[in-house]
Amino acid sequence: MRLTQGTFSFLPDLTDAQIGAQVAYCLRNGWAVNLEFADDPHPRNTYWEMWGQPMFDLKDPAAVMYELAACRKVHGGRAYIRLSAFDATAGWESLRLSFITDRPAEEPGFGLERQEAGGRNIRYTARSYAANKPVGERY
Amino acid sequence: MPRPAAVDLEAAYQASGVGPVLEQLDRELVGLAPVKGRIREIAALLLVDKLRMDLGLRAQPPTLHMSFTGNPGTGKTTVAARMADILHKLGYIRSNHLVSVTRDDLVGQYIGHTAPKTKEILKKAMGGVLFIDEAYYLYRPENERDYGQEAIEILLQVMESRRDDLVVILAGYADRMDRFFGSNPGFRSRIAHHIDFPDYSAGELMAIGERMLAAQSYRFSPAAREAFARYIVARMQQPHFANARSVRNALDRARLRQAVRLFEGRARDLTAEDLMTIDASEILASRVLGAPAA
Ligand SMILES: Nc1ncnc2c1ncn2[C@@H]1O[C@H](COP(=O)(O)OP(=O)(O)O)[C@@H](O)[C@H]1O
Ligand SMILES: [Mg+2]
Repeated sequence: MRLTQGTFSFLPDLTDAQIGAQVAYCLRNGWAVNLEFADDPHPRNTYWEMWGQPMFDLKDPAAVMYELAACRKVHGGRAYIRLSAFDATAGWESLRLSFITDRPAEEPGFGLERQEAGGRNIRYTARSYAANKPVGERY
Repeated sequence: MPRPAAVDLEAAYQASGVGPVLEQLDRELVGLAPVKGRIREIAALLLVDKLRMDLGLRAQPPTLHMSFTGNPGTGKTTVAARMADILHKLGYIRSNHLVSVTRDDLVGQYIGHTAPKTKEILKKAMGGVLFIDEAYYLYRPENERDYGQEAIEILLQVMESRRDDLVVILAGYADRMDRFFGSNPGFRSRIAHHIDFPDYSAGELMAIGERMLAAQSYRFSPAAREAFARYIVARMQQPHFANARSVRNALDRARLRQAVRLFEGRARDLTAEDLMTIDASEILASRVLGAPAA
């Protein structure tokens, strides 16, 4: 099941040229770009691991593609990687754009659990099949 | 798309906009004839290479990494910034920015500090030119645990694998750079163009000084010009002489003395002429010409 989080997630995965063009757009706007990765795809897992520091003061998308290549070398095919862009013009960093650049080779998706509570209430829990396995063995 | 059968070199030259940059280099920088000549050669080579690529004659982009050797103040940093402009106009780099660093910007203080530092600088320079001043300080053979080696390895790797993304210019004294290349053959083999910056003659330094003043709306009085010519000759003999930089520093001090003189005579009105003119006293007050320390 294809994870749909962030911008462009209903489109086919972006090519590197398309990712580079998005980064160029971010840099033109003066946004800082950041890479993160995660192997727990639950939608409420919003704090992903950071790949290095956020990148400030870049002039060219090649710099981000360089880090993306390094991140893929370690996590490619075995985790999700996302790229986020932050705008600090208001005096604080706010997220402007965030999209998944890489996803695991297989995405087993989520199971929905129903818990029957008192008074015929139902509590729902979405559980990602991948996260049932220990960290490092998920994908 | 079919390949063109013929290309128009003149049109490509005009379209590149590199001509005005070369003319500006000629006009604004005094002397440096061998440097200007080499830069013209490189520009011609790159322009022709582009046309060859358009005709499908060659697939590999040329190596553009360079080394600038010469004494301090001979214009290496200044020319590197122009080089970024030229490479940008010719379409070899995507933006015309120059990131200028020394060892301390690249090499860390503890284990694990160097790689992120070096990469951060490389990323900032990507798309443009990375200028590494006194590059030989990266290599400290006397200390085998020196973190400089780690920076060197990352640099070499990026210079090779990211040739489309950044141009590296290494700069420093000629003899030390020679030794550095001798012990780091990886750098030598990745550098295509070596440019040597000669020391300026006294006459050239005078012309540079007058240009620096004019750029800030100052000028010498005739007596001051004569005194400054003597100052240059004397300063050239002294230790730590740094060519055009010494001229710049001397003029900064002269401006300071002029301001003090005007301030002390503030009882009378000043004309624009007064505010612009550096007098002989401002030059003669220098220790270089035997004046006692103030
Ligand atoms: N040929 C020249 N004409 C005019 N100004 C020059 C020339 N060469 C150097 N300068 C000036 O001298 C100063 C020092 O030059 P710089 O490029 O920093 O030298 P380097 O990097 O070789 O030490 C700068 O302010 C520069 O503008
Ligand atoms: Mg310099």
